[in-house]
Amino acid sequence: MNIGAIKNKAEGEQQPISGPVIVIEHLYKRFGANIVLEDFSLSVEREENVVVLGKSGAGKSVLIKCIIGLLKPDKGKILVFGEDVTSMDEDELAKARTKIGFLFQANALYDSMTVRENLEFPLRRHWTSLGETEVGKMVKEALENVGLTHTSDMMPAELSGGMLKRIALARTLILKPEIILYDEPTTGLDPVTAREIDQLILTLQKKYKTSSIIISHDMNCVRNIADRVILLLEGRCYADGTYKTLESSSDPKINQFFQ
Amino acid sequence: MSIISEAKDFLDQTGQISRFAGRFFSHGLKPKFEIKELLSQCYLIGYKSFPLVGLTGFIMGLVLTMQLRPSLVSYGVQSELPVMVGIAIVREIGPVITALIFAGKIGSSIGAELGSMKVTEQIDSMDVSGTNPFKYLVATRVIATSLMLPILTILGDAVSLFGAYIGVNIKSVTNIRFFFVQVFESLSYSDVLPAVIKTIFFGFAVGLIGCYKGFNSTKGTQGVGSSANSAVVLSSVLIFILDLLTVQLTNLLGLN
Repeated sequence: MNIGAIKNKAEGEQQPISGPVIVIEHLYKRFGANIVLEDFSLSVEREENVVVLGKSGAGKSVLIKCIIGLLKPDKGKILVFGEDVTSMDEDELAKARTKIGFLFQANALYDSMTVRENLEFPLRRHWTSLGETEVGKMVKEALENVGLTHTSDMMPAELSGGMLKRIALARTLILKPEIILYDEPTTGLDPVTAREIDQLILTLQKKYKTSSIIISHDMNCVRNIADRVILLLEGRCYADGTYKTLESSSDPKINQFFQ
Repeated sequence: MSIISEAKDFLDQTGQISRFAGRFFSHGLKPKFEIKELLSQCYLIGYKSFPLVGLTGFIMGLVLTMQLRPSLVSYGVQSELPVMVGIAIVREIGPVITALIFAGKIGSSIGAELGSMKVTEQIDSMDVSGTNPFKYLVATRVIATSLMLPILTILGDAVSLFGAYIGVNIKSVTNIRFFFVQVFESLSYSDVLPAVIKTIFFGFAVGLIGCYKGFNSTKGTQGVGSSANSAVVLSSVLIFILDLLTVQLTNLLGLN
């Protein structure tokens, strides 16, 4: 049985839905007096890579944490495949999260587990019907995807920054999510490794046909990956367009990011 | 900081810990149970703590006997030494000292581990991968500490009594069988049962406070250190408060 068949079997043979995969409507989020998101709206189409740009503290990470349900917005709707994640209970959220992958800025690998155990963790908890052989195959495939098959018995502390990012990406992809949220995937990496990660993200996106929201400050990463760029300013979607459109904009607020 | 704001902080924290405990009973004890993780925690918390509990128990029994002997000799009742030491160890010193050692070792370890997982987003990562971190991390640890501390206390008491036997034999010669017969004849169920039952609450307090502090850790590595430290301090204080309450309760129930 191939991996796609395993996934379909585990999910009850779900068929893809047409239309945008994520629709955010009039989202508000504040922390005390600090308004982070104010009437923010966005939609992401199938297989589209949307990069969210913005200053530090502008609310980019808050936005994707609201999408995955780690933070609860004060107001507004977040529809993922047509279902509002803001009104889901814990069980519904857990089910919805199998379709959404999240790559943390600091990787968030479980440091008490080996690489193999890190990859097996989501598999064993979601697809409990999988046997040892199938789990082994999926872990092998995930490691092959990121070119790190030799690290399976290593601990995260033994890996370099770039390798950690690759393993984190492999773990994010192991459940074959349809949407991936990347929180600054190339921050803290040297330029060469950062380009390799960009390339890896694009390759895997094409292979698994995922839709993505990418938070990034790295303009090379934005140029390489983005189908569309969103500029998040003062809690709102200030600009929305392709990299080229925004790069050639004469608006100083947009221009400052492209200089 | 004024007394009023300190009192406000104290009440605020008490409320949050109570809510955390409420969440444990309402969510943590519902199926599906994390049996594998629970067994792993029982091994780490119970089995791995025994050498330390055993060593401190042995020294405590030995020293207590050596310290009590001169007083009993002055009253001419040194033959009652095993009885006195036995009751003191089983009823009070064994459970409390074991719980304090346990709080130092396990409370700090849980506080630091969960604190570190919190600040490196590993808890969030668990959450987004569809695993309830409260059930996986908190419920398993709190249940493990509540189950393991009574067992450790019984084992610690046994080692401590052996230390007391060695202490008795430093100045006089006593048969080991005679020593333990004397100890057990002086003990009743009302000495043993309340002492063991209260350690379930001590274990619960250590696990709950360690998890609460770790789960709410902030401010990076400094916050992790602070979580570990305050987990030990707060759970140690709670052990004494719970001890006071259980003594009052056993008095009221006429179990003394």
